[in-house]
Amino acid sequence: MSLDEEDNNDRELHARLIAEVLEAYPDKAKKRRQKHLAVAKAPDAEEKAEGGLSECDVKSNVKSVPGVMTIRGCAYAGSKGVVWGPVKDMVHISHGPVGCGQYSWSQRRNYYIGNTGVDSFVTMQFTSDFQERDIVFGGDKKLEKIVDEINELFPLAKGISIQSECPIGLIGDDIEAVAKKKKQESGKTIVPVRCEGFRGVSQSLGHHIANDAIRDWVFDKNDNHADFETTPYDVNVIGDYNIGGDAWSSRILLEEMGLRVVGNWSGDATLAEIERAPKAKLNLIHCYRSMNYICRHMEEKYNVPWIEYNFFGPSQIAASLRAIAERFDDRIKEGAERVIAKYQPLVDAVIEKFRPRLAGKKVMLYVGGLRPRHVVNAYHDLGMEITGTGYEFGHNDDYQRTGHYVKEGTLIYDDVTGYELERFIEGMRPDLVGSGIKEKYPVQKMGIPFRQMHSWDYSGPYHGYDGFAIFARDMDLAINNPVWGMFKAPWKSAA
Amino acid sequence: MPQNVDKILDHAPLFREPEYKQMLAEKAKLENMPSAETVTQIADWTKSWEYREKNFARESLSVNPAKACQPLGAVFVSAGFERTMSFVHGSQGCVAYYRSHLSRHFKEPSSAVSSSMTEDAAVFGGLNNMVDGLANTYKLYDPKMIAVSTTCMAEVIGDDLHSFINTAKLKGSVPETFDVPFAHTPAFVGSHVTGYDNMLKGILEHFWKGQTRTPDTSINIIPGFDGFAVGNNRELKRVLGLMGVKYTILSDVSDQFDTPSDGEFRMFDGGTSLEAAREAVNARATLSLQEYCTPKTLEYAESFGQETASFHYPLGVQATDELLQKISELTGKPVPQELELERGRLIDAMADSQSWLHGKTYAIYGDPDFVYGMARFILETGGEPKHCLATNGTKAWEEQMQELFASSPFGAGCKAWGGRDLWHMRSLLATESVDLLIGNSYGKYLERDTDTPLIRLMFPIFDRHHHHRFPVWGYQGGLRVLVTLLDKIFDKLDADTIDPGVTDYSFDLTR
Ligand code: SF4
Ligand code: SF4
Repeated sequence: MSLDEEDNNDRELHARLIAEVLEAYPDKAKKRRQKHLAVAKAPDAEEKAEGGLSECDVKSNVKSVPGVMTIRGCAYAGSKGVVWGPVKDMVHISHGPVGCGQYSWSQRRNYYIGNTGVDSFVTMQFTSDFQERDIVFGGDKKLEKIVDEINELFPLAKGISIQSECPIGLIGDDIEAVAKKKKQESGKTIVPVRCEGFRGVSQSLGHHIANDAIRDWVFDKNDNHADFETTPYDVNVIGDYNIGGDAWSSRILLEEMGLRVVGNWSGDATLAEIERAPKAKLNLIHCYRSMNYICRHMEEKYNVPWIEYNFFGPSQIAASLRAIAERFDDRIKEGAERVIAKYQPLVDAVIEKFRPRLAGKKVMLYVGGLRPRHVVNAYHDLGMEITGTGYEFGHNDDYQRTGHYVKEGTLIYDDVTGYELERFIEGMRPDLVGSGIKEKYPVQKMGIPFRQMHSWDYSGPYHGYDGFAIFARDMDLAINNPVWGMFKAPWKSAA
Repeated sequence: MPQNVDKILDHAPLFREPEYKQMLAEKAKLENMPSAETVTQIADWTKSWEYREKNFARESLSVNPAKACQPLGAVFVSAGFERTMSFVHGSQGCVAYYRSHLSRHFKEPSSAVSSSMTEDAAVFGGLNNMVDGLANTYKLYDPKMIAVSTTCMAEVIGDDLHSFINTAKLKGSVPETFDVPFAHTPAFVGSHVTGYDNMLKGILEHFWKGQTRTPDTSINIIPGFDGFAVGNNRELKRVLGLMGVKYTILSDVSDQFDTPSDGEFRMFDGGTSLEAAREAVNARATLSLQEYCTPKTLEYAESFGQETASFHYPLGVQATDELLQKISELTGKPVPQELELERGRLIDAMADSQSWLHGKTYAIYGDPDFVYGMARFILETGGEPKHCLATNGTKAWEEQMQELFASSPFGAGCKAWGGRDLWHMRSLLATESVDLLIGNSYGKYLERDTDTPLIRLMFPIFDRHHHHRFPVWGYQGGLRVLVTLLDKIFDKLDADTIDPGVTDYSFDLTR
């Protein structure tokens, strides 16, 4: 069978699977869900000219259907969990009842160096633990008291962010007034964030609200860093949360090529790195979905340009290093080539070792707002194939960008439901699924290898050249473990 | 270059390589972090008595609490009924959190759906979400029962579950006769143990309301919210089987949270059958193994004329004795010889090891009944449970604990802290240190900060695997807890005496 025929079969299979899962829904839900599922089409001429491989045309960033088991989270998760939580020298209050902060406590693996509880606070859970009386009478007085208590017990905290949980916006609290008042009293940065879980349709609006809060409550104040000495090579890394150390294995490359990373948002970040960001020459965005807003703002207001880059897998890393270098002088361009050459032997060795063990393996992905496309080439570098991908909270622009990564015939699913994902996996039987903790165990029970692609399954880093070696090792150990061969009892296999 | 394909380094070793150390040192210069001197000074201060007093004077801020919110308990208890899907009415993010939390502990799938309410539902109420949501859940997942609970959003706007569910049934979302029990589970009241109680009562009300009881000889047993439910419930069933008792476990999650890997994903497995739940109204008595998980449920059972009794996590010798005696008394079945032998073997093991346990001091935290049960067992080994803390513990719990301490000479100087959190515990450990800390995975931060070895015996356990598959209840469970304590003590002793030519004179072969 030729490759093309195989592709055609995939296309047919994928279309059939979509039709089948839709049949399971009541009519109203079926109408809504069908817009979110598609088989990637051939790109039109214009897209092709821009390097598009396919067109991934699904509806996205709209409300989830009730009762179907969406995998999505909420705005609070997008703000506290993603954007603000990793800022290490601030205290982030999960403002409201105890639950949200408890379940997200220490779960995102945002690595940092610091003395926890003394000068850093990332892996702690600060909450106002709302009780009934706070709901009835309002929580502003309690919040004021909390700010005072934090300042007394954690004197080295540089600032405080207030991460609103659902009830705050419903009971009419004025957390902005509290923030202003307390800021005046203490002189410390206090950032109120209106990221109540019911706002928007997923984590995504929480990212946006969190970005806006940086703009309104951090940037628009006195310059605390007037004497900061800049260089022509200053860059900020934006949207790298240092999961398992990702930002570190990225930073080392940027610095080796001659740049100076003056801020990393927000993995291992300090408040100073956020405040100073507008002084940099260029913003490098990794997670476009969660932080493009503030980059656009910095571009408009402070003339800091931005570019997207991708540090997953050697082909994207090299392309990104070169694209970044393009924005600088020859010194940096040479630096980029030097870095690429330096790591080439490692890349070759990794590919030589793992490609034979992984080539041709089929992968399905379902992640947040970036990785469903960003990691694709890392798999390709190892000879693996992506047969399906989708975003929890991608927007239209994410799906457009996805067309540059996946080929025609790929199954595309937006805000997939538990039912759909299970059926798709069953129907496609990929060799590996990359998704989150909620998906991990159902998939493994089906006898299919799995890697968590939010938390790197407690491994990492996966960014950069050092990270690629770990990525390759992890995919290999997931797929080629002997356990998958023992699922059927021997007296059953005969049947 | 640190990375080498023959020995690929991931985060832990990678960032200790010289290139990265250098890089991080350079980064530090750009961070504006406080000086090392200041940090040491403040770090020491946070471990002082002065700090402890300020810390305990805290009135509003909660730091590292050891409790979760009501709907988690509701989702947990619902999972213990046959083919039951939890439907949590309110914001969807919360449900993603409960599912993740349970999956991370049990290393198992955890299914639950949300009604996915958003801003418009906040204004107009979530009726449509309920109507559509129930229809979708029913059709997609083919459950036998849908158990409805609430996130705090639905509670704050005051959605009325009873009328919503009725409307949904009228509109044909699910058949009229389909089982849709419900409970309001406001996150701003109590904790996950309260949610367990509310949801279980909601389920029993659904089946029992309006029924007349025809008493039989069976007993109902409610295990309560328990991270070790997989092992514990199976042990419980074994013991009840040995006694030959007719029983119904009201919410048995042991199979749901321990499904096999054989190529099939079972969204639903095992659990209390709906028929058994309905029949349970006729039981002679209902026993709760965790008092704080069941106050309303037991009251409800009493209202039907059932006898009730509650226990505090039956761990250790006397707690098991009491449970067995109670069951025996209620059913007329004697405690069988096998169990008496098991008891004797546990006592035997405790006697063999008593010298290593006598006088050891402990800090224990977790849910109120666990802390009680654990402290009681420590007292039985001649240990002293110095600091006992439950963030969701009440004044009444503190008093019960005080009575327990007073019942043993080893309880002198022990204190129970209700409503306190793990940052309080940090101060306790820093100012009055103990030999061992018993808690859950969050305790590893206390282990790091105060150098107190941690034993994980409480939900949630994220960073150690599969312990929950073994029981800690009953005599057999007691044996396992005993070995866990001893292993920690011996490992520590070995680590402390392993330095060749310095401390290894005590590196004894036999201990
Ligand atoms: S919003 Fe309320 S119900 Fe949801 S996780 Fe947070 S505390 Fe629990
Ligand atoms: S990389 Fe993905 S998971 Fe991470 S913040 Fe961005 S969208 Fe979220």
